[in-house]
Amino acid sequence: MPQHSPAASRSSGDFPPFQQRHLISIADLKQHEIVDLLDRSERMIDISRQERKSLPTLAGKTQINLFFEPSTRTQSSFEIAGKRLGALVVNMSVKTSSVSKGETLIDTAATLNAMRPDVLVVRHSAAGAVELLSQKVGCSVVNAGDGAHEHPTQALLDALTIRNHKGTLAGLTVAICGDIANSRVARSNLLLLGALHVRTRVIAPRTLLPAGIEHLATEVFTDMEEGLKGVDVVMMLRLQHERANGKMIPSVREYYRFYGLDEAKLAFAKPDAIVMHPGPMNRGVEIDPAIADSARAVITDQVEMGVAVRMAVLDALLPARNQP
Amino acid sequence: MTRPLIIDNARIVDPASGADQLGAVLIEDGRISDLATGGPVGVPDGAEVLDAGGLVLAPGLIDMRVYVGEPGKEYRETLASAGAAAVAGGVTSFVMMPDTTPAVDDGALVDFLIRRAQAQSPARILPAAAITKGLLGKEITEFGLLKDAGAVCLTDGAQSIQSSSLLRSAMGYAANFDMPFVHHLADAELVGDGVMNEGLFATVLGLRGIPREAETIPLSRDLQLAALTGVRYHAAQISTAGSAELLQTAKTRNDKVTAGISINHLCLNENDIGRYRTYFKLTPPLRSEDDRQAMIEALRNGTIDTIHSDHDPQDTEVKRQPFAEASNGAIGLETLLSAALRLVHSGDVELMTILRAMTCRPAEILGLDAGRIARGLPADLILIDLDYPWQVTEKSFRSRSRNTSFEDARMQGKIMRTMVGGESVFVHEGAA
Repeated sequence: MPQHSPAASRSSGDFPPFQQRHLISIADLKQHEIVDLLDRSERMIDISRQERKSLPTLAGKTQINLFFEPSTRTQSSFEIAGKRLGALVVNMSVKTSSVSKGETLIDTAATLNAMRPDVLVVRHSAAGAVELLSQKVGCSVVNAGDGAHEHPTQALLDALTIRNHKGTLAGLTVAICGDIANSRVARSNLLLLGALHVRTRVIAPRTLLPAGIEHLATEVFTDMEEGLKGVDVVMMLRLQHERANGKMIPSVREYYRFYGLDEAKLAFAKPDAIVMHPGPMNRGVEIDPAIADSARAVITDQVEMGVAVRMAVLDALLPARNQP
Repeated sequence: MTRPLIIDNARIVDPASGADQLGAVLIEDGRISDLATGGPVGVPDGAEVLDAGGLVLAPGLIDMRVYVGEPGKEYRETLASAGAAAVAGGVTSFVMMPDTTPAVDDGALVDFLIRRAQAQSPARILPAAAITKGLLGKEITEFGLLKDAGAVCLTDGAQSIQSSSLLRSAMGYAANFDMPFVHHLADAELVGDGVMNEGLFATVLGLRGIPREAETIPLSRDLQLAALTGVRYHAAQISTAGSAELLQTAKTRNDKVTAGISINHLCLNENDIGRYRTYFKLTPPLRSEDDRQAMIEALRNGTIDTIHSDHDPQDTEVKRQPFAEASNGAIGLETLLSAALRLVHSGDVELMTILRAMTCRPAEILGLDAGRIARGLPADLILIDLDYPWQVTEKSFRSRSRNTSFEDARMQGKIMRTMVGGESVFVHEGAA
């Protein structure tokens, strides 16, 4: 179980009003705002561990989860977060099938806006789609993942998980391994950890490293053993099966041999290094099942922190709208 | 008969002759009948005199790359609205891309467009004909019949032909009819799902990048095939430093090779996309600042011959989309000259160089008797106030579309008057 940092003992009155209306990108947050959200999340962990898991700060508010791309776990996490805060939560799964193609994103935004929600939680397959939608509605918007751009609550929950396991983020080295090129999780994490001056490494074959990545990560590796040497945190990314089609990488078995996390490779990390994964995992593709189920893996803690972070984000964003 | 007109007290800038001096021009029957520098022109009886007040008098601009929605997408642009936009920007002639519905791949359509444009457009519209039927890159069109009907050049517009063997035969057949061959450069597979320049900025935005090699590889192939076939080859628009190098080398051996660039790639770079601003989604994509600087140098040293607007009207339906899903293109006829003057005011490029690339060079490439100030030529002329300050606003456009890459931009320098065939088809409000 994660340990709490001292901030957990702070009460809600200690937090100054959050100055952002939306949470679209980690890049929009100042360092103190990131720390503020992590501190607010600590309190939400406590509430989530109580018998009566409720803090009705969003009573009377309406939250719409608008998922253009299906994601059971992220949507559930946002739904539980909203409900624990007392909001009315509505899930709308918009299939991007030919049936709904006629309506543009802007039309959808206008329609939903007329229903007067207080917050929209949006996932979309196109980078920038959530930002575009936020320009067309009168309520707060939370990005639950937009294409290969960002997934800010994932980066926050990852940072919270690390902080609670390691006691601090300062002085740590975090390695992010896998399909960096197509990963919004990697981008949000690199931005967040960079803003907090955490050393970051990316590890991937050349074909899965995006242009200019050396400007976003502290170090770039194509050899996983080299890259894992002495790291405190190993963050694995999901490999989409369609990447292993002979264009980016030749096969799953070759990928697993060189970039899958197994005991031999993990041995290069610090003995107390933790293993993370944003889920859902491909066991035997990017991670050895034995490691995924071992005590070093903190993957279920990430899920718990996810609810806490999303509660904190919703709680922080919504009162901000009432500011003059 | 209209009265003879004298434009007096003008700073005549004629890139073809290199002249830049105060003088006067006499226009009779729609043509330049006399010009004088330093001394008076002969004044016929009853001539009207227009005092230019020292403004620059230049040949009307010739824009080699303009998309019009007619026929097929008239809600985006018609021949009439494109013509009105053109003359407001000082463009007296433009080449109309064949990307219409249906595509301009048949002599009858060329003939229709010429007639309709004469009736509806204040600017001269010069249809380009498709290289391949339906712009599909499979079978070549009837180059000879299209030329007879009045097509000024061959191009597949925004499409890039992928087959090297088809290009070889198309270039050979175009050489047969001495038709300029204008080709857009994009390797479809290297472009792939890319939507902007490949690099850190695309990575940060989470957008797929288009490598520079998607342009330089087809350019390299084209230059070799152009040498093989002897065609008059014009690289439609380049955007990378690597392309400029390839062209510079090719031009030392083959004087039938020329190249163009859109004003966007001279004035803007990938950073202008900011947070997914789709009006900056173009093909080729806006590149890095280093590439932009290389383009300016290529214009100065003559590697790049022509500057065009790449005017591409798109409605908001297809532009107000997530970046990757939005259409390419920006309008540009009405901002072409003012944007180009930015490069003059910044000291990057001489006024003469800028004007040459928009007047006599395109005329030479297309074989037009235009783009110069000389006796006997049609009086397609513009008066420019090089310093006039103005701001681009949405409602100032005559184009039917609003997708400008110079939204709200502050400009220095503007067209004050545009004449086509001696007739003033645009006069700036408030001008004398």
